[in-house]
Amino acid sequence: MVDVLERPATLAEPPHEAHGPTGLLKWLTTTDHKVIGLSYTVTAVIMMVIGGALAEIIRAQLASPNGTLVSLAQFNELFTMHGSVMIYLFAGPFAFGALANIIVPIQIGAPDMAFPRLNALSYWLYLTGAITMLSGFFTAGGAANFGWVGYAPLSNSLNTPGAGADLWIGGLLLTGFSAIFTGVNLVATIFYLRAPGMTMFRMPIFTWNLLVTAILILLAFPVLTAGLIMLYADRHFGTHIFSVAGGGVPVLWQHIFWFWGHPEVYILALPFFGMVTEIIAVFSRKPVFGYKGMVFATISIAALSLGVWAHHMFTTGVVLLPFFSMMSLLIAVPTGIKIFNWIGTMWRGEIWFSTAMLMALGFLVTFLIGGLTGIYLASPPLDFFTHDTYFVVAHFHSVVMALVLAGMAGLYYWGPKFTGYLLNETIGKVQFWFLFVGTQVFTLPLYLLGLRGMPRRMAVYPHDPQWQFLNDLSSVGAILIGVSTLLFVANLVVSWKRYPAGDNPWDGQTLEWFTTSPPPHHNFYRLPPIRSERPTWDHNHPDHRALPHGHRVEAPE
Amino acid sequence: MLAAAGVVAGGLALSGCTVPSFGASPGDTTSSRSVFHLWQGFSIGALIIGGLVVALIVWAVVRYRRHGERIPDQHQYHIPLEMTYTIVPILIVLGLFAATMVVENKEVANPRTNVRIDVNAFQWGWKFTYPGSNAVVVGQTTQAPTMVMPVDTNVHINLTSSDVVHGFYVKAFNFSRYALPGVLNQFTLRAVATGTFFGQCTQLCGLYHSLMWFNVKVVTPSQYTAWLASFHGSAAATAAAAAAAAVRQQTSSLVPTKLATTTGTH
Ligand code: HEM
Ligand SMILES: [Cu+2]
Ligand SMILES: [Cu+2]
Repeated sequence: MVDVLERPATLAEPPHEAHGPTGLLKWLTTTDHKVIGLSYTVTAVIMMVIGGALAEIIRAQLASPNGTLVSLAQFNELFTMHGSVMIYLFAGPFAFGALANIIVPIQIGAPDMAFPRLNALSYWLYLTGAITMLSGFFTAGGAANFGWVGYAPLSNSLNTPGAGADLWIGGLLLTGFSAIFTGVNLVATIFYLRAPGMTMFRMPIFTWNLLVTAILILLAFPVLTAGLIMLYADRHFGTHIFSVAGGGVPVLWQHIFWFWGHPEVYILALPFFGMVTEIIAVFSRKPVFGYKGMVFATISIAALSLGVWAHHMFTTGVVLLPFFSMMSLLIAVPTGIKIFNWIGTMWRGEIWFSTAMLMALGFLVTFLIGGLTGIYLASPPLDFFTHDTYFVVAHFHSVVMALVLAGMAGLYYWGPKFTGYLLNETIGKVQFWFLFVGTQVFTLPLYLLGLRGMPRRMAVYPHDPQWQFLNDLSSVGAILIGVSTLLFVANLVVSWKRYPAGDNPWDGQTLEWFTTSPPPHHNFYRLPPIRSERPTWDHNHPDHRALPHGHRVEAPE
Repeated sequence: MLAAAGVVAGGLALSGCTVPSFGASPGDTTSSRSVFHLWQGFSIGALIIGGLVVALIVWAVVRYRRHGERIPDQHQYHIPLEMTYTIVPILIVLGLFAATMVVENKEVANPRTNVRIDVNAFQWGWKFTYPGSNAVVVGQTTQAPTMVMPVDTNVHINLTSSDVVHGFYVKAFNFSRYALPGVLNQFTLRAVATGTFFGQCTQLCGLYHSLMWFNVKVVTPSQYTAWLASFHGSAAATAAAAAAAAVRQQTSSLVPTKLATTTGTH
């Protein structure tokens, strides 16, 4: 093998900083992946706050069986936009637009993304899409109200005539293109811009997960785009793709939507899995346990995720149950591998309970609950029983709230790298407890509620007032989560430029911790030799390289 | 391990009542009971696996908290261990799949039936038609029309929708199925107890989705025959008129009265 390791990967002296515009103009015209990533982060967090506020209204309405806070029509808008904002405008862009944009190029020693201008376009499409979708609230008929899945024929122009629905479609198309361009960019960057020595199997897990995510984006999002165009054509150009009257097939929309929608679940989740993997390793002072197994698990999750879409359609009665059931159950295997690898990483480590690590542990427990209840839903008879009840709402909120915990871990961990300042750890830990406890108080009652027969998307439930207690408990959880969000904002204010981070505050292992905080214009003045997936660690702890494959040493007690 | 999973599932099928319910209930059809046992089996598995994982996490967190600046051993692979937690879950999954198939095949089987009910969902109500008789029950939102069916009898349901997607869901049956426009969905219900059970649309269908209610009344076969007969001949006309009158009176305060006229197409 050619020895590329000795190639000088350093610059003789720091390069000249680009003399571009500053301030607002810089933000508007930048193609620097870090600035774009920061814009993504701020926008996505704002979306999370908006989506959260909508959720709080939903929970307030459901606090009594005959809630009158909002009307039936407004309620449909609320959960539709809550789900849409959270999935399309917060979780996705945060996962592959925000931290990925900032961290991936640095982790592989690249100066920027492969297509910086395309990257800027992605962000502006995303922002435009977000504004477009949200502007539905200001139209006469209100925002979209057919659920975040927009099932046909409820979403046709007869049943949902308003402009809010069109804005939803338009906004989603725009953010979809934004995602596709980001996917192209990430794949190209990871394949072509790795620093000398950074072989595929030396890439940090976070980067690996984003590569797989990006490939999934490229496979899944164009299908959604096509579906949305068909839906729009049905609404306005007189086609009948999804309408029985014209010889179309309504269920086709569900197939198209979920062919995108299930991979989307992993497009959302894999980046967060990657964050948690890195964080657990760093705060346990160990390499990622089972690194290669982790990579293969990620790849198999992605591959399987393309063949399970119809588990969202078991109760349609028109899909082959055993196939989709088996494929869905199988996803539990690579997911389980990841969980055990995370535990293996902590095993015999020296765990430092920083806020980031606490959030990562919170993710682990919450995701475990969401993952286990997902296994039930992969079994068609159990899905017939729980489908479209609060059991499902509880299941996916265990998962997405786990992702929120992971995202918070990511912000506490990497935030200092791109701002140069640490967040306050004490406020962070208080925030963690509110978020973690709030999540369980919010989700766990919903499982029981589903088992007791409460369907999802109910604005009122007068015929069974017994559901009220569990609903109220859940609302208390939602309040705790709301408080945690306020604490986070407070932390941003309190910590503003207060605690300088230094280059490597956590004894990080990967390349981003080798450069300055924030990194310079093209990220690095110099690079260490890259001989493993932990170049910074190897550089800082030359006597503590990872033990060779299969090697075992008993820990000195 | 596969055997163990099989034993657990099989054992449950026999001794369902001594095992905790894990929040679900056995329900009132033959299928709902098998679904309940499957639920118990999955729950036991989930608790064992979840418990193990939580125990490992807690152990790691307590035992390996940082004490000083010591750098731990940097071990990264342990192939036998990794193989174990790949293969064992595969076996567990196969066990869960096998148990699933047993229940599923029973549930979606289409045994011979002599009672058939055509169920039609529309925005925002239900229409129950009994082919071969004059019996028709229709009602919307909180009027909650009642589907009458005989106990201990295989009842064949033909489920359709006239407009958007709806969900036919009866909690006591541990069962739901979409009513899809353009699709005829068929399934069999066999109630094992008499009584009146609440049902509700579970798939978002527009404005009054939360109030798209119905009831299922399971009666003895002789009561059922008598009920059907009440629709015959002149009785039918009177019954229909009475029903219509009742319908008008029942219109809930939650639903604007104009709604009662706007869905007249059904
Ligand atoms: C503050 C935390 C949150 C609270 C209190 C909350 C609460 C709720 C509630 C009450 C519903 C409506 C259930 C119904 O009426 O059927 C809902 C639906 C939903 N939520 Fe959340 N949620 C939260 C966070 C999230 C996050 C972080 C995501 C995704 C990343 C998310 C995604 C969804 C989706 C997709 C739906 C379904 C919408 C639909 O039925 O069309 N939620 N949430
Ligand atoms: Cu799925
Ligand atoms: Cu409905």
